[in-house]
Amino acid sequence: MKPIKKDLIHPIPGSRWNHILSGVVGDKLAMLALIIFVFYCLIALLAPLVAPYDVSDPAFMDLMNSEIPPSWISGNSQFLLGTDAQGRDLLSVILYGTRLSLTIGICAVLIQVTLGICIGLVAGYLGGRIDNFLMRCADIQLSFSNMMVAIVFLAIFQSLFGMARYQQLAMIILILVIGLTEWPLFARTIRASVLAEKQQEYVDAARVMGISSKRIMFRHILPNTLSPILVIFTVQIANAIVAEAALSFLGLGMPATEPSLGSLISEGFAYMFAGSWWICVIPSITLIILILAMNLLGDWLRDHLNPRAYKD
Amino acid sequence: MLIFLLRRLLQACFVMIIISVISFSIQDKLGDPVQQMVGMTVSPEERNQLRNELGLNDGFLVQYWRFAKGAVHGDLGTSYYYKEPALDVILEKLPATLELAFCAILIVILIATPCGVLAAIKPKHILSRLLMLISSIGLSVPIFIVAILMVYIFSIELNIAPSFGRGQTTEFFGFWESGLFNKDGLSHLLLPSLSLSIALMPIFVRLIRAEMMDVLQSEYIRFAWSKGLSARRIYFIHALKNTMLPVITVGGIQAGTLVAYTILTETIFQWPGMGFLFMDAVSRVDTPLVSAYLIVVGGIFVITNTFVDLIYGLFNPTVRLASHGL
Amino acid sequence: MKKRELAALIDVSFTLNRGERIAIVGESGAGKSILGFSIVNLISKPGYIESGSIKLENKELTTMNLRQLQEVRGKRIAMIFQDPMMTLNPVLTIGNQLVETIRSHTNISYKDARNIAIEKLHNVQIASPEKRFDQYPHELSGGMRQRVIIASVLLLNPDIIIADEPTTALDVTIQAEILQLLLTICQDNGVALVLISHDLGVVSKVAERTLVMYAGHIVEEGPTLEIINDPQHPYTQGLLNALPQMTIPGQRLNQIQGSMPSLAERPSGCAFHPRCPYATQKCKQEQPQFIYSGVSSVACFIIEDMLNEFTDTDKEAL
Ligand SMILES: Nc1ncnc2c1ncn2[C@@H]1O[C@H](COP(=O)(O)OP(=O)(O)OP(=O)(O)O)[C@@H](O)[C@H]1O
Ligand code: SF4
Ligand SMILES: [Mg+2]
Repeated sequence: MKPIKKDLIHPIPGSRWNHILSGVVGDKLAMLALIIFVFYCLIALLAPLVAPYDVSDPAFMDLMNSEIPPSWISGNSQFLLGTDAQGRDLLSVILYGTRLSLTIGICAVLIQVTLGICIGLVAGYLGGRIDNFLMRCADIQLSFSNMMVAIVFLAIFQSLFGMARYQQLAMIILILVIGLTEWPLFARTIRASVLAEKQQEYVDAARVMGISSKRIMFRHILPNTLSPILVIFTVQIANAIVAEAALSFLGLGMPATEPSLGSLISEGFAYMFAGSWWICVIPSITLIILILAMNLLGDWLRDHLNPRAYKD
Repeated sequence: MLIFLLRRLLQACFVMIIISVISFSIQDKLGDPVQQMVGMTVSPEERNQLRNELGLNDGFLVQYWRFAKGAVHGDLGTSYYYKEPALDVILEKLPATLELAFCAILIVILIATPCGVLAAIKPKHILSRLLMLISSIGLSVPIFIVAILMVYIFSIELNIAPSFGRGQTTEFFGFWESGLFNKDGLSHLLLPSLSLSIALMPIFVRLIRAEMMDVLQSEYIRFAWSKGLSARRIYFIHALKNTMLPVITVGGIQAGTLVAYTILTETIFQWPGMGFLFMDAVSRVDTPLVSAYLIVVGGIFVITNTFVDLIYGLFNPTVRLASHGL
Repeated sequence: MKKRELAALIDVSFTLNRGERIAIVGESGAGKSILGFSIVNLISKPGYIESGSIKLENKELTTMNLRQLQEVRGKRIAMIFQDPMMTLNPVLTIGNQLVETIRSHTNISYKDARNIAIEKLHNVQIASPEKRFDQYPHELSGGMRQRVIIASVLLLNPDIIIADEPTTALDVTIQAEILQLLLTICQDNGVALVLISHDLGVVSKVAERTLVMYAGHIVEEGPTLEIINDPQHPYTQGLLNALPQMTIPGQRLNQIQGSMPSLAERPSGCAFHPRCPYATQKCKQEQPQFIYSGVSSVACFIIEDMLNEFTDTDKEAL
C-alpha cells in the first residue's frame, strides 16, 4: 500500500546538482548548515591570512601572556579569544587547528571512498565467492568499532616509532588509520546500489553491446550510485573529524606543538580545574558547530535524495 | 542450539586468533625482554645466548605457538611497570570497567526505549520533535566533550558530584571491588556513567524510533488494531518486541564502540578501569600489558556477541527453529 | 515538492443487512481495501476520512473515539487481511494472539479463553489445535495461517466480517478450501460478510450481492448472479471477459485495454472513459449518475441513454 518509489533516484548527473542546489536554497536549515561548512572551509584554507598571529613564529609562544581570558572578559583586545597555557593566541591556534582537523577529516574520507568504491564495485559486480569474502571482511571490520581499531593501531604505532618520531608522522598516520578503518560503509552502499543497478535494462543493454565490464562499472553504474555516496561522504567527514579529535584527545593524535581541535581540547581540559575554561570550551564549541553542520547537511541530503525516508 | 553454539565457538576462535596474532606481534616487535632483563653492560654475545635460551631466535610461528600456549594457560607475560602478571593487573581493573559499562547500558535502555517509542507513535507531538532535535545535536557532540561538559557543570560549577576516581569500594568474593553499594562509590559513578550513556543515547533513540515507525506500518499491527486491542498492548507488546530485534543487533555491533568510549570516559574521569590502565600502558610502552588488554577485550567482545545472539534468539522465534531444525 | 490531497473514494455508499454476504470487486487500485479499512476507521497514516458516514445499527463509526472504536473492532466488525504471511505477529505465539483478542474484550480467565481459542481452531479444521496453540506463525503454512486468522476473527462472534482478498496470496487448491470454510462459517453463524476481491469467479461462489468498483467509485451494484450473467456496465463486462474460465481454451484472455489510473491521474467525467470502448464526448465531461437498469444499478451514460430510448419508444407506442 505504500507508494512504490525507487530506492534511489537516478537523474542525469547535471540535473542532480541542480536538484540539490535548488533544494538547499529552499530549506533554511540546510542553507545555514551549508554556509557554516563553507565558512569553515574558507577559514581553514585561509588560516595563514586571517589568523592574527603566525603560529610558526617562535615569538608566538610567550609564557608572559599565558591564560589571558577572552577579550570580552579581560578587556584586552590584543587576544580576541584569550590565550592558552603557553601564551598562544587562542584564535590563531583554533584557526590552524580547524585547518588541520578538516584536512585530516577530508583526506581520510577520500581514502575511505576510494577503497570503498573499488571494493564495493568489485564485490557487487563480480558477485559469487569474491563478493562473499569481501562482505565478510566488511562485517568483521564493522563489528570491531573503527574507533577501537584506530586506538589500537595508533597505540601500536606510537610504541613502534617512539614518541618523537610518531609526532612527526602523526598527521599521515592519523589519515591512514582513520581512512582505512571505515571503508565498509561505502563498500556496502556501493555494492547494494550495484546490485540494484545490475537489474536495470541499460546495464544488460551495455553488456549485450559488448562493452567491457570495467567500462560498464565506471561509466554506467558509478555515476548512478553517486547520491548515496554523497550522503555518506558528508556524514563520514564529520565522523572522521570526531575520530581525529578523540584520538588526539587521548594523546594518540596530533602533538601539542601542532595542535588540531582535539589536542587543543585535551590540553585545555587540564586547565579547566584552574578556572581557565576558555582554553577548553572555545575549541569544543568550534568543533561541535562544525560537526553539527556536517550532520545536518548529511541528514538533509539523505532526505532529499532518498524519497523513501520518513517525512514528518 | 548445539550447531549455533559450535558456529559461535568457531567464530570466536577465529577472532581470538587474529587478536592474539596482533598482540603477539606487539610484544614481539616492541618489547625486547632481554633489554628489560639485563642492563646495557651485557655484551652482545651474552645477549644472543640469552635470546637463544629464551627461544627468541626461533621462527615466528614457533614463538607464536609458545605465546598462544601461554595465553591459553592464562600467562600473558609480565607487566614491565607493575612487575606482576599482566593478566592479573588487567583483571583487577575489570570490575570497575564492567560496572561503569553496565550502569551506562542500563541508563540507555531505561531512557532510550520510552523516548524512541514516544517519538515513533506521536511523531508530531512537540515532545517528540524536541527529542529528535536534542538527539540530532547529541549525535554531533563527541563523547569527550560531553564528559568535559559534565565535569565543568556538575563538578566544577555546581560541585554536585566528584569528577575523578572511583571513591570508596566494597570487596566481594575476595576479588570484586564494587562501588555500587555505598554512597561514595555511587556518587563517583554518576558522572562517568551518565556521560557514557549520553554519548550512546542518540543512536538508540533514533534507531528505536525508526524501527518502531517501520513496524507500525506493518500488516500485523494493522491486524492487531482491527482486533480491537488497546493501544498500550499494540505499542508495547506487538510493536516493541519486533522493534527490539534490529535494535539488539545494532547493540551488539556497538559493543566495540562501547569499549572505545570507556577508554575515553575512563581517561577523562581517571576511572581506575581497564581503559585507563591501557592508556597508561601505552604511554609507558608496557607492551605485555597492552597485548594482555587486547586479548581480554577480545574475549569480552566474543562473550558479548554470543550473549547478544542469545538474547536475539529469545526475542526472535524464527531463530530458535533454525537451530532446532539443523 | 508540493503535496496534494487526493480522494481515494468518492461517493461510495451501500448498506449491508444482517447476515448478508456482499462482494466488492475491482482491479488493483480501485480503492477496495481503502473501503474495507474505512469501515472500521483503520486507514493508515497519510490517509483520512474527509467526509461521509458509516453506521452500525444507527451508531456512527466515523466520529467515535479510539476507546469506542476498540469496542466495535474485533467484537462487532472483524477483518481478515490479504496476506496471511504478514498478518500474524511473528514474535508472538498463535495462542497468545488468539487469547489476547478475547481477553481485551471480555473478562474471561486465561484458561477459559484458551479453551475458546482451541475450540475455534478446531472449528476452522486445524488438526491438533493444542499443539498449534503454542507455536509461532512461522511454523505454519500460509493456508494454515489464514485458518488461524479466520479462527481469530470468529472468537467474539462478530456481526460482520470484512475479508480483504482472503485467498489472493494462497495456492489455488487452498483458495477453494478457505473460501468454502468462510462461506460455511458465515452461513452457520449468521455473520454478514464483506468479501473484497478482484476475481469475479471467487465472488460468484460466495456473495449474494456484488459491488463493482472502479477508481474510487462504485460503478455497478446488484445481485451477484444477475451481474455475472448479464453485466451492464462496460467495466463489469470487461472484467468478466478477462476471466479465464469464460474464454475458450487456447484463446487469448480479453484483457481490458490500459490500466487503472493512479489517484493523481484520475480522468474527468466517467473515470473509465479512457479505457471504455463506448466512450462518448459526454463521458469525458460529466459524471454518470446511478440508475436502475432492471438488472442492477449502474452508473453509465450508454445504459442511461438506452433506458431513456426504451422509455421514449414506450411512450410513443402508447
Ligand atoms: N493510507 C492511504 N493514504 C492515501 N492513499 C492511499 C492509502 N492507502 C492506499 N492509498 C491509495 O488509494 C488507492 C486505492 O488503494 P486500495 O488499496 O484501496 O486498492 P485495492 O483496490 O485494494 O487494490 P489491490 O487489489 O491491489 O488490493 C491506491 O491508489 C493507493 O495508492
Ligand atoms: S459512462 Fe461512458 S465512459 Fe463511462 S462506462 Fe459508460 S460509456 Fe464508458
Ligand atoms: Mg487491496
